[in-house]
Amino acid sequence: MKHITVNGKPYEVEDDLTIIEAAKKHGIQIPSLCYLAGVHEFGSCRICVVEVEGAKTLVPSCMTKVSEGMVILTNSERVRRARKVLYELLLSDHSKDCLSCKRNQSCELQALGKQLGVEATRFEGTRSECVIDVSTSITRDMSKCILCRRCVTACNDIQGVGIINAQNRGFETVIAPAMELAIGSVNCAFCGQCTVVCPVGALKETDSIQTVWEAINDKNKRVIVQTAPAIRVAIGEEFGNPPGSRVTGKLAAALKRLGFDDVFDTNFAADLTILEEGTELLSRVKSALTGGEAVLPMITSCSPGWIKYVEHAYPDSLGHLSTCKSPHTMLGALAKSYYAGKIKREPKDIFVVSIMPCTAKKSEIVRPEMTNDGHANVDAVLTTRELANMIREMGIDFNNLPDEEFDNPLGMSTGAADIFGITGGVMEAALRTVYELVTGRELPFDGLHVTPIVGFDQVKEAALTITDTLPDYRFLEGVTVRIAVTSGLAGANKLMEQIKKGTSPYHFIEVMGCPGGCIMGGGQPRSDDPDVRNKRLRGLYTEDEMKVMRKSHENPFITQLYAEYLEHPNGHKSHELLHTHYVRRGTFNELTQERFDLGVTLAEKKRDFAAQAINAAARAEQAKARSENESVRVLALEAENARLKTELEDVNETVGFFKSVIADYASRSR
Amino acid sequence: MNNAQSRCAGCQQDSAKPFVELDHIIDLYRNKEGNLIQILHIAQELYGYLSLELQQHIAEALNKPLSEVSGVVTFYSFSTKPRGEHTIRVCLGTACYVRGGKKIVDALQKSLQVDIGETTADGKFTFEVARCIGACGLAPAMMIDDVVYKQVNINKLDAILSRY
Repeated sequence: MKHITVNGKPYEVEDDLTIIEAAKKHGIQIPSLCYLAGVHEFGSCRICVVEVEGAKTLVPSCMTKVSEGMVILTNSERVRRARKVLYELLLSDHSKDCLSCKRNQSCELQALGKQLGVEATRFEGTRSECVIDVSTSITRDMSKCILCRRCVTACNDIQGVGIINAQNRGFETVIAPAMELAIGSVNCAFCGQCTVVCPVGALKETDSIQTVWEAINDKNKRVIVQTAPAIRVAIGEEFGNPPGSRVTGKLAAALKRLGFDDVFDTNFAADLTILEEGTELLSRVKSALTGGEAVLPMITSCSPGWIKYVEHAYPDSLGHLSTCKSPHTMLGALAKSYYAGKIKREPKDIFVVSIMPCTAKKSEIVRPEMTNDGHANVDAVLTTRELANMIREMGIDFNNLPDEEFDNPLGMSTGAADIFGITGGVMEAALRTVYELVTGRELPFDGLHVTPIVGFDQVKEAALTITDTLPDYRFLEGVTVRIAVTSGLAGANKLMEQIKKGTSPYHFIEVMGCPGGCIMGGGQPRSDDPDVRNKRLRGLYTEDEMKVMRKSHENPFITQLYAEYLEHPNGHKSHELLHTHYVRRGTFNELTQERFDLGVTLAEKKRDFAAQAINAAARAEQAKARSENESVRVLALEAENARLKTELEDVNETVGFFKSVIADYASRSR
Repeated sequence: MNNAQSRCAGCQQDSAKPFVELDHIIDLYRNKEGNLIQILHIAQELYGYLSLELQQHIAEALNKPLSEVSGVVTFYSFSTKPRGEHTIRVCLGTACYVRGGKKIVDALQKSLQVDIGETTADGKFTFEVARCIGACGLAPAMMIDDVVYKQVNINKLDAILSRY
């Protein structure tokens, strides 16, 4: 325990706390900007400075530990004035188009200005170069960046991929991929964790709202929407509800009021995924146990950020990935085939929109593999945040909506599908079905929850010994199935290293690209609740527990789908519509064997545009001059001759110069 | 990478391992703390400049993110573009500045068609300015590679450049 004095009052606080933590525990608020408890304690913005008796300068409270007898002033005149100046300096290099900024009223910089009582911006001057870099998933607008480096922490320390970092120095500093390349041209997984932590409008999802409005307004289009499991426990937060609030009914109602023709549920496809992926796992294990060739462990493939990461980082291990498409592309493929046949519409007239907690899914849908007969499986992806914006724009009073249902036949789901949104959920859902398929009995866990893989540890593992199998699955009798679950790319990296070294003991691995799973995806609402993960997790588990049917194979519409259309899991039709293949990508760039062309893929620099055009013209001219160089060579040799002569003269001149200096010295010393 | 290029027999190089020389250095420095800057210095010495490919190679060898390597490269004064055959440095220290160093810079910019820090299109010269090269008595001075030219004026420039 340490005894400190804050603003004249004595407090006893635990050892090892920083000043900001100690103050918070005693209800004293210290304004801060870049500080993110437990994640980013870096002191880059200095807004949280406080006065400490005996210290020469103000100290950043997020990085300074309390010490015995410390006397701290958190709100003295000196401190308050310093914060205002710091804030104004931040503003001096910030594009202040707040009224039309996507983060208007959800901007931490804006809120801070109000908190600090800043009413003037005294500092105007040179502004940093404005770089706007639009990729399929993430848009970077560096005119708004305040260099807080939360995104650098998220990308480097949390996800462990290190796509973005500070480039250049001083005023030129910009947070960007290496050599300021465009984010779409490098090995970014598009997990979007940077967009969640960005306090301002510098990092955000690439907008798809306009495309979706256009589709809704197009009378010739049948617009189908589907929503991922993690949306239903998160979108409520955008309308003031506490984290983890379950708003499934209101979500369905809102989607209907937005003008979508069919409101389906990605959960349905999650159930379908279990049957496809479970069957794939069983056939791989069977093959391995009966002396055939099979790549094990098999790894889940629902998370497109994870997929892109592994394609870049472990292109030789792609055989471990399940060939299943992600659930929403499965549903998209079925909407444009199975459902199109039912409603007698051409696939080209159907527009599928996915509401996802994910930024990576925006670039997943433009992959050439995610098409059937030339039609994209999914036409647009909206993040949870984007959907909330549309609901607001439409003037829908979300909180007072009645609870409504999803449409069928692609809207019904079991509890197993709900937990697809949490780390460990896909694995648990798969085990519920596979175990029952193999033994004819229910999974032997309390409440069907596979407790060892519940929670937020980076890598979780479990083993399950299978006994008393049904006749068809005798090959599994007495086999101990080993599984592992991880979320976040840093954890995935650990498991992939094992696979690369050949030491992986597992049969089946679940990977989700974002730490915590989809509930903490890159497209989810930004939250300042430190316990938000647990609350959203609780929400999804409750959603699961409330359902009568909690095992994917019990879903009657899945049974119907197989009977009417797909025939059986991993069948011919399934492979055509629901399975995919993967692409070997370069370690650092988008595609293998394709080197960067610095000129083409650099992020667009707005102000440099004119200069670039001029440069290009000059370069063309110089290239022309170069081609004429050959004929100049003869002349050059003659010039060389002349040069040597003049050089000789020069040397003589220098020698003469030195001689005179020596003579001068000699005469002086005399 | 499989983009094997045919090379002349004289400078045969394993195209699959384009930076072999550097790999030995990297192995030497592998376990030393703060090794990145040392390796970058040596790499620049070896290859003249730190191309993106070279940075990628270093990042991969050290198991560091490329953005971190490039962050260090761009923070310090490493060169990321190919350098010319010769480096021109015009001194803009106080003495040279008052004796007309700036005029020399302007004239060279015009005649070589390059900005400060850039390389001419024919790859002959890289044009830089220096803050005092210690030849104040010879102001205004400029250097081409290791040769110092004293009391330069605009009229002498063509003659000096024609030597290269």
